[in-house]
Amino acid sequence: MSTLAAVVLFIGVIAYAVLGGADYGAGFWDLTAGGAVRGREPRHLVDQSLAPVWEANHVWLIFCLVMLWTGFPGAFAAIMTTLYVPLGLAALGIVVRGSGFAFRKVFVATEQQRVVGAAFAASSVLTPFFLGAVAGGIASGRVPTAGHGDPVTSWLNPTSLLGGVLAVLTCAFTAAVFLDAEAQRRDEPDLERWFRRRARVTAVVTGVLALAGIAILRSDAPRLFHGLISRGLVFVVLSGVCGLGALVLVKRAAPRLIQALAVSAVGAVVAGWGVAQYPYLLGTHLSIARAAAPTSTLVALTVVAVAAVLLVVPSMALLFVLQQRGRLEV
Amino acid sequence: MALASLLAEAGAPSQLVPAREQMAFTLGFHIILVPFGVAFTFLMLIANYRGIRRGDDTAMLLARRWSQVAGVLFAVGAVSGTVLSFELGLLWPGLMGRYGAAFGIPFAVEGLFFFLEAIFVAIYLYGWKRMRPWPHFWTGVPVVLSGVGGTSSVVAANGWMNQPQGFELRGGRVVAVDPLAVIFNGAFWFEALHMLLAAYMVAGFVVAGVYAVGLLRGRHDRYHRLGMAIPLTVAAIVTPLQIFMGDVAAREVAHNEPAKFAAIELVTQTGTHVPLSIGGAMVDGEARYAIEIPSGASLLVGYSPRTRIEGLNEIPADVRPPDRLVTTVHLAFDVMVGIGFALLGLALWFAVLWWRRRVVPLNQWFLRAVAISGALTVVALEAGWVVTEVGRQPWTVVGYLLTRDAVTTTGNVWLFFTATLVLYTVVGTTTFYVLRLLRRRWRDGNDADTDVPYGPSRAGEPVGSPGGSR
Repeated sequence: MSTLAAVVLFIGVIAYAVLGGADYGAGFWDLTAGGAVRGREPRHLVDQSLAPVWEANHVWLIFCLVMLWTGFPGAFAAIMTTLYVPLGLAALGIVVRGSGFAFRKVFVATEQQRVVGAAFAASSVLTPFFLGAVAGGIASGRVPTAGHGDPVTSWLNPTSLLGGVLAVLTCAFTAAVFLDAEAQRRDEPDLERWFRRRARVTAVVTGVLALAGIAILRSDAPRLFHGLISRGLVFVVLSGVCGLGALVLVKRAAPRLIQALAVSAVGAVVAGWGVAQYPYLLGTHLSIARAAAPTSTLVALTVVAVAAVLLVVPSMALLFVLQQRGRLEV
Repeated sequence: MALASLLAEAGAPSQLVPAREQMAFTLGFHIILVPFGVAFTFLMLIANYRGIRRGDDTAMLLARRWSQVAGVLFAVGAVSGTVLSFELGLLWPGLMGRYGAAFGIPFAVEGLFFFLEAIFVAIYLYGWKRMRPWPHFWTGVPVVLSGVGGTSSVVAANGWMNQPQGFELRGGRVVAVDPLAVIFNGAFWFEALHMLLAAYMVAGFVVAGVYAVGLLRGRHDRYHRLGMAIPLTVAAIVTPLQIFMGDVAAREVAHNEPAKFAAIELVTQTGTHVPLSIGGAMVDGEARYAIEIPSGASLLVGYSPRTRIEGLNEIPADVRPPDRLVTTVHLAFDVMVGIGFALLGLALWFAVLWWRRRVVPLNQWFLRAVAISGALTVVALEAGWVVTEVGRQPWTVVGYLLTRDAVTTTGNVWLFFTATLVLYTVVGTTTFYVLRLLRRRWRDGNDADTDVPYGPSRAGEPVGSPGGSR
C-alpha cells in the first residue's frame, strides 16, 4: 500500500518535472531571448503557448505537496525543517513567476512589460534550480529522519548543485522542443529554427552534464549512484537513448515524436532517481513503509488519485487537445 | 522588535510570533482573492448566459471583461495559495508531521478540485474567440462547481482544526484515520456554507461597487447599470441567507467550541442570563466598556435567558487565551456582524427601490452605499477569519496540539516574513495597477489584448518592426 502511494506521489513528481518543467523552461528562453526587438517573436510564442496551460501544470506541484504531507507526514516535516531555505525561496519564486506572467499579458508599455517580464523569466530559472537542489538534498540522504538537518549543506552540496543545474537544463530542453513543435504548428519557420537550435544545444549540454553528474554522484552520493547503475540503469539508458534520439531526429521526424522523446528523456531521469532510491523515501535511512501514514489514509489518497485519473486526466486532455487544435486563442 | 516582545509568549520558540504573523498575513491576502475564483466566475456565467440567451451584447461584453479580470486574479490566487501550502510545512512542521495523515486528506480532495478549476478556467478564458457560444459557456460551469468543492475542502481542513475527529492516536502518532469523519467534521457544514456565502457576498458587493463608482461619476449607460445589477442582485439574495447562516454558526460554536464562544461574547464566568456584549474590551480578566443587552447571548444560544453559557473561567489557566486575544476575537466578531447587518440593510434598500421602480436605482446615496459595500465585505471576511483563527488560540488543533508546539524551531522566520511582506506588497499593488489599466483601456473602448511582450505588435508581424510603447 505504501509503495502504491509512493508511486502515485512519484508520478506527480514526474508530471510536474515534465509539464511544469516545460513552463519554467519557457521562462528560461524568455529570459535569454535578447532585447525588446530581437526577442519579441520568441517571447510572443512563449506567451501564447504558456498562458492556457501553466496554471493547470502548476497544480501538479500542489498535488505532490499534498500527497507527501498526507501520505508521508513525518518525511514531509523532515524535508521542510531541513531544506527550508531553498523551499522558501522556491515558494517566493513561484509567486513572482506566476504573477509576473499574468501581469505581463496586460501591460502595454515596453518598460513595464520588461520589468514584470524579467521578473517572470528570472524566477522561472531560479525556482527550478531551488527545487532541483531540494531533490538533490533528499536524494543524497541529507535530510535526517527527524528533520532539522543542516540548513546550508543540505542544499549547498555537489548533488544539490547538480540537481539544480540539471533541473534548469532539462526544463530548458523540454521547453525548446515543445516551442519548436508549436512554431512548426503555427508555420513560423524562423521561430522553428530559433528553438530547434536551442533544443539541440541544451540536449548536448544536458547530456554532458548528466554524464559528468554520474561522477559527482559516485563521490558525493555513493548509495544513490549504486542504485542508479543497478536498478535504475534501465531508466538511465532509456533517458540517454531518448535524449540522443531527440537530438538526432529533431529536424527529420514529426514534432510529436520529438516531443515524446524529450518527455521520455526527462521523465526517465526523474523515474531513475525514484527507482534508485527505492525502497527509501529519505536517503537510505527512512524507508517508504516506515514513513507512510496509516493504511486508511493511504486508501483515501488512492481513492482521490483514482478520481483524479477519471476526472482530471480527461479534462487535461481536453485542454491540451483544444490548445493543439488552436481553439484557445490567447 | 517591540511588536515581537509584546506578542511573544514565555517559553515559546522565537519563531512563533513571526510564523503566526506571516501565516495571518498570507492567509489574509489569499482569502481576498478566493471569492473571485469561486463566486466572481458565477457572476461572469450569469452575464454570459444572459448574453447568449437574449442576444444581449452588453452582458456578453461584461462576461468577457470579467473573465479577463478573473484570469488575472486567479493567477495571483493560485500562486498565493501555493505559498500557503509551502507554509504549512515551512512554518508548521509540528502540525503536518504529527497530523498530516488526517489533516492532509481534505487537502488531497482540494487538489483535485484545484486541478479542474485551473483547467477549465484556462479553457473558458481562452475559448472566447474560437469556441461556439454554448459549449464555451458550459466550460465555465466546472469552474464554478470546482470553486465550491475546493473551498469546501479547504474549509473542511480548517473545521477539523476547530473540531478534530476521525483519527486514533497511539504514543502521539496518528495510527488510524476515518477519512470521511475527518472531512465531515462537526465544524464542516456551517463553516463551509458560511465561507461560500461570504465569497458570493464579497464578489457581488465588490463588483457592484466598481460599477456604482462609474454610475456616481455620471456614466449612466446600460453597461454600468447591468454591471452593477447582476452582482448586486446576487449579493442581495445571499446576504439574508448569510445572516441566517451566521446565526446557525454562532450557535454551533457556542455548543461545540465553548472557549471560542466565551471570547466572542466576553463571557468571563459561566452562568445563565449572559448578556450580549457589543464593543468593549477585556482588561485584567474583566469585560469592560461593552454595551450589554441583558440576557442577549443566552437568548440567542438557547432561546431562553436561562441558557447556561460557559465562560473563560472553565478553560485551564495554562491554555486560557490572554486578554488581548479575547478582545481581538470579540471585536472582530462585532465588526463582522455589524457589517453583515449593514449589508442586509443595503440589500433591503435595493429590494425596495427595485420593487418600486423596476429599474436599476441611480439614487446617489444608494450608489455611495454600494460603492463602499465592497470594501466592507472584505473587512467582514477578514474579521470572520480572525474570529475563527485567533479564537482557536492557543490551540492549532483544539485539545491536541498547541500552536507553540506546531511551529517550526529552525531558521529566522522574521527574514522569511519580511521578504514575503515586501513581495506581497509589490504583487498586491501591481494587481491593483493592472486592473486599473484594464479599466482605462476598456473605457477607451479598446478590448484588444496586447499580447506581444516587449512591444505592442500582433502575431505574425516581421521581426524588426518598430517596438516601443503606445
